[in-house]
Amino acid sequence: MEAMTLLTWGFDGLLGLALLWLAWLALSCEDLFRAIVLFVVFGLLMALAWVRLDAPDVALAEAAIGAGLTGALLLAGLAKLGVDDTDEKERPENRSVQWLPMVALLPVAVGLGYTIFSLPTNAPGLSAAVTANLEASGVSNPVTAVLLNFRGYDTLLEMVVLLLALLGVWSLGGTALRREAVAGPVLDTLTRLLIPVLILVSAYLLWVGAHAPGGAFQAGSVLAAAGVLGLLTGWRPRSTLTALPLRLVLIIGPAAFIIMALFTLLIEGQLMKFPPGKAGVLILILEAGATLSIGATLAALFLGEHPQNKARK
Amino acid sequence: MSTVYLYALVGVGLFCLGLYALIVHSHLLRKILAINVMGSGVFLVLVALAKRTGDMPPDPVPHAMVITGIVVAISATALALTLMLRVHEETGRAELADEDRG
Repeated sequence: MEAMTLLTWGFDGLLGLALLWLAWLALSCEDLFRAIVLFVVFGLLMALAWVRLDAPDVALAEAAIGAGLTGALLLAGLAKLGVDDTDEKERPENRSVQWLPMVALLPVAVGLGYTIFSLPTNAPGLSAAVTANLEASGVSNPVTAVLLNFRGYDTLLEMVVLLLALLGVWSLGGTALRREAVAGPVLDTLTRLLIPVLILVSAYLLWVGAHAPGGAFQAGSVLAAAGVLGLLTGWRPRSTLTALPLRLVLIIGPAAFIIMALFTLLIEGQLMKFPPGKAGVLILILEAGATLSIGATLAALFLGEHPQNKARK
Repeated sequence: MSTVYLYALVGVGLFCLGLYALIVHSHLLRKILAINVMGSGVFLVLVALAKRTGDMPPDPVPHAMVITGIVVAISATALALTLMLRVHEETGRAELADEDRG
């Protein structure tokens, strides 16, 4: 028992130090490409930290989004900037530690640390309320119950945020990837094998989210990863798909949420209050719509420009 | 119990590191990275504090909030990257204009 405690302590301590060290390296190393790669590694270690904190749902989301898709987005952004801008060496202030902001941040760090230690050591929060109502929520994974049932309107608003971000990117014109990747036979075959597997994993995560870690966000980001992989190997959706069908897929998630919200408002008299007997099915429908929309939106965010731009040029 | 404080403190550390980098660096891509690190720090504090339930499973509400937060963070990152590319297109530099530096 004693050795076990020591081992977990050592692991937690090392993981914490590694996180801080990687963040520092990612934010201070001169080469931006290296910085992004370090940030991806940082995201993977964050996923480990979530597992240590008994948050497997968050770990899945972090591994798929924080480490995977964010890294892909950042690298694509760097590639679009061009090679000349990756060098920051000519700016000496980036190399030396600046003391003024560091001294100014010291009280912030001390204050935040003090606040954490002054909080009560035992604060169950809302976990008792969630456990008590889990039976009626239609799912047995508490995190899914909170996301889709108890605080469904948060997720409704979040779907709208995703859509707004994409509209923002599209209205700024976006920027196309400068160089199209030349798909060699290995990459081509691998992608052909991986994309169906990713779609299957996404469907599994969607289904399993009802009673185990998983759910719409994780499933949607794995679906987006399949899309990004396709886009990286030069695949582009046909122009017949990018007009109406793409728009429909993008709004099916938010639309499902809004329709469900109005429906429950009329029938049950309260926004997103599901009738207990049917909650499970309704949540699965909502999650399926959300998965498709999240997947399509994230993949479109990676592409940047509106897929129809090329046709117009 | 002490795991909670260890990870919460690492979260505070990440937040401050990110804030420092946000102030010091002028390249916009670095600033976007810094904001992401700050976000990770906030998430870490939230999830660590959700574990203060003794032997019971942790509070799922902050977990759900953090999952929502991760998805919002990536959409904000995508929008910020597009804005950075537009700044670069307009000015030729991936930095915001600074009056003093000329």
